[in-house]
Amino acid sequence: MSSILVQVIVGGLLLGAVYALFSSGLTLIWGMMNIVNFAHGDFVMLGMYVAFVVWTMLGVGPFVGAPVAALVLATLGIIVYFALIRSVMKGPMLAQILGTFGLALLLRYSVFWGFGANFLTLPGDIVGGTYDVFGIKLQASRLLAGVVALLVTLGLHVLLTRTSLGSKMLAVSEDATAAQLMGIRPDSMQAIAWAIAAGATGIAGALIATFFYIAPTVGETLGIVAFVTVSLGGFGSVPGALVAGLLIGVIESLSAYLIGAVYKDIVVYSLFLCFLWFRPQGLMGKT
Amino acid sequence: MKLKHIVGLLSAAAMSVVLAGAASAQDKTVKIGMILPLSGNAASAGVHGKAAIETAVEIINTGNPGLGNLPVTKNAGLKGLGGAKVEVVFADNQGSPAVGQNQALRLITEEKVVALAGAYQSGITLTTSAIAEKYGIPFVNGESVAANLTERGFKWFFRVTPVASDFARIYLDFLKELKASGIKTDNVAIVHENTEYGTSVASVITSVFKENGLSIALDIPYAANTTDVQSQVLQLKDKKPDVLIMVSYTSDAILYAKTMQALDYKPPMMIADNSGFSDPSFIKTAGKLTQGIFNRSSFAIGAAGTPTYLINEIYKKKSGGDDLDDTAARQMQGFFVLVDAIDRAGSTEPAKIQAALKATDLKPDQLMMGYKGVKFDDKGQNILAAGLVIQLQDGENYVPVWPKQLAKTAPALPYKGW
Repeated sequence: MSSILVQVIVGGLLLGAVYALFSSGLTLIWGMMNIVNFAHGDFVMLGMYVAFVVWTMLGVGPFVGAPVAALVLATLGIIVYFALIRSVMKGPMLAQILGTFGLALLLRYSVFWGFGANFLTLPGDIVGGTYDVFGIKLQASRLLAGVVALLVTLGLHVLLTRTSLGSKMLAVSEDATAAQLMGIRPDSMQAIAWAIAAGATGIAGALIATFFYIAPTVGETLGIVAFVTVSLGGFGSVPGALVAGLLIGVIESLSAYLIGAVYKDIVVYSLFLCFLWFRPQGLMGKT
Repeated sequence: MKLKHIVGLLSAAAMSVVLAGAASAQDKTVKIGMILPLSGNAASAGVHGKAAIETAVEIINTGNPGLGNLPVTKNAGLKGLGGAKVEVVFADNQGSPAVGQNQALRLITEEKVVALAGAYQSGITLTTSAIAEKYGIPFVNGESVAANLTERGFKWFFRVTPVASDFARIYLDFLKELKASGIKTDNVAIVHENTEYGTSVASVITSVFKENGLSIALDIPYAANTTDVQSQVLQLKDKKPDVLIMVSYTSDAILYAKTMQALDYKPPMMIADNSGFSDPSFIKTAGKLTQGIFNRSSFAIGAAGTPTYLINEIYKKKSGGDDLDDTAARQMQGFFVLVDAIDRAGSTEPAKIQAALKATDLKPDQLMMGYKGVKFDDKGQNILAAGLVIQLQDGENYVPVWPKQLAKTAPALPYKGW
């Protein structure tokens, strides 16, 4: 195999890890609470801006920016839950869709208003340069995002399957009334779920900002990929989102290189639809 | 819906009716519709375009005798219409041809604008101008370069900017001259975004080059809103073209610059076709990664005290400090041409404006751009539009490098990158 082809696959894996990273928050909300958060891409966007502000004000990179973004977004997640989600959850599906969609626009245009439409970036060497491993280029910033994607996935998985907090959250998602009878407060659990999901998304945004452009509309571009990743991985399955992200990343890279960049979406989405035909619950979703 | 919501909506509706009524009660204003991407991926370009038009409106309405022979700037308002002021209604095309079309319809039927301008992306200029044509409203475009815009037999569409074929010839002559001086230019690759703009510019460059015995070895189309361009950069790295021509909008241009650095790819020579690579926010974020990139332009800010310098000073107040770039300057020039025609028509009747546009004959000293003049052919294309090659040598400012008589410094090769 030529070294360029290896580079294409490695690039695809790193890209896929990033897809997985910014999808994990969505899978938590979507899978557990049955709410489609259309503002998810804009949460990522906010994480990017937090990283940018941290860098401009303190001159430090994502090692500070990511935790700050996690905190800011987690707080926002709780506010969003109590101010919006709690009431729209009682309404029909359409109310949820329009509610989170409206939130997406509100966030997007608030950032437009505050930061302007200009594209921003963090300095290219904020995480370190590019490593050369046997002629294969590994960009430090993407590598970091990939590693964090694995850690976040692992962390969320352990939280959901091995801790009592996770069991309580799952109990609420299965049957809120029954959970309440067992002494679990659905409200607190769901608020915590939103905080965790939004916090993870904030980390994702802060890390993506180290190698991507920052703009108010960037959530639109990233949001769609997140939805595809989550449905391919299986609703609510955090490891599923990781595998799906990696798969989509590699297929995109390979098809863009071998067939052509304009065809990569056709390849990805037709494979995606074929797959859902046979396995509608996704790679690791529950039947 | 609860009663208080309904009441709220109704009162909002009532207020907007009152406001609209108040606006139309003002007489002696000439209303022009300007369609721009004020949100969506190209919002950065749209916001700069808006600042450029606001600058022009301020100059026209208050008068600025210091701007040489630039028409409609001498006195406050439009002389031909008894000092009437110009009012611009901005509409957001959101980066979508369909939205742009709806906005054009709204501007014409509800805002009652007398003429339209815009709409930045060629693909949206295409759909919006079709509405203007249907309603018989003049549409003046200052910035969209896709060839087919003036090939539709439209009677109400006028384009001031040089077009893709003009630039293809500039690139060709530039490359020929470099080749004569011993630089390798045989193997050319084009990477272009795949909407109207990128596709048509790439195909025009390909055909002009072919006619002159220069073939395009590699052609890579891609979607401008893509999340990743690694594969395209690796394709280039594999094929090693001598010259790389990029036709991109801003977000993708930034991604290419960053990815090329990450994958350590530098073509020996890189030419960018304006748009994304001219956006001030591209130069700020990725200029230092693309030092030595060539670009096309028809605008230079010029020495202190010149009309273009003075215009830029006013513009900077509206743009938050950014200098006037080529794209926004071409939009502003297009707008001046339109307002000059309305002024000469002495009327806001569409047919009279159309006649005045057809009779336009502006000389180089009446323009802010480096065109040889403005004069429209039967298709509505300015036949005197022209441009030059500029280079981002220091990663911060483009300088004219070709042709020799307009150059400030010699072209620097090979491409330096970061």
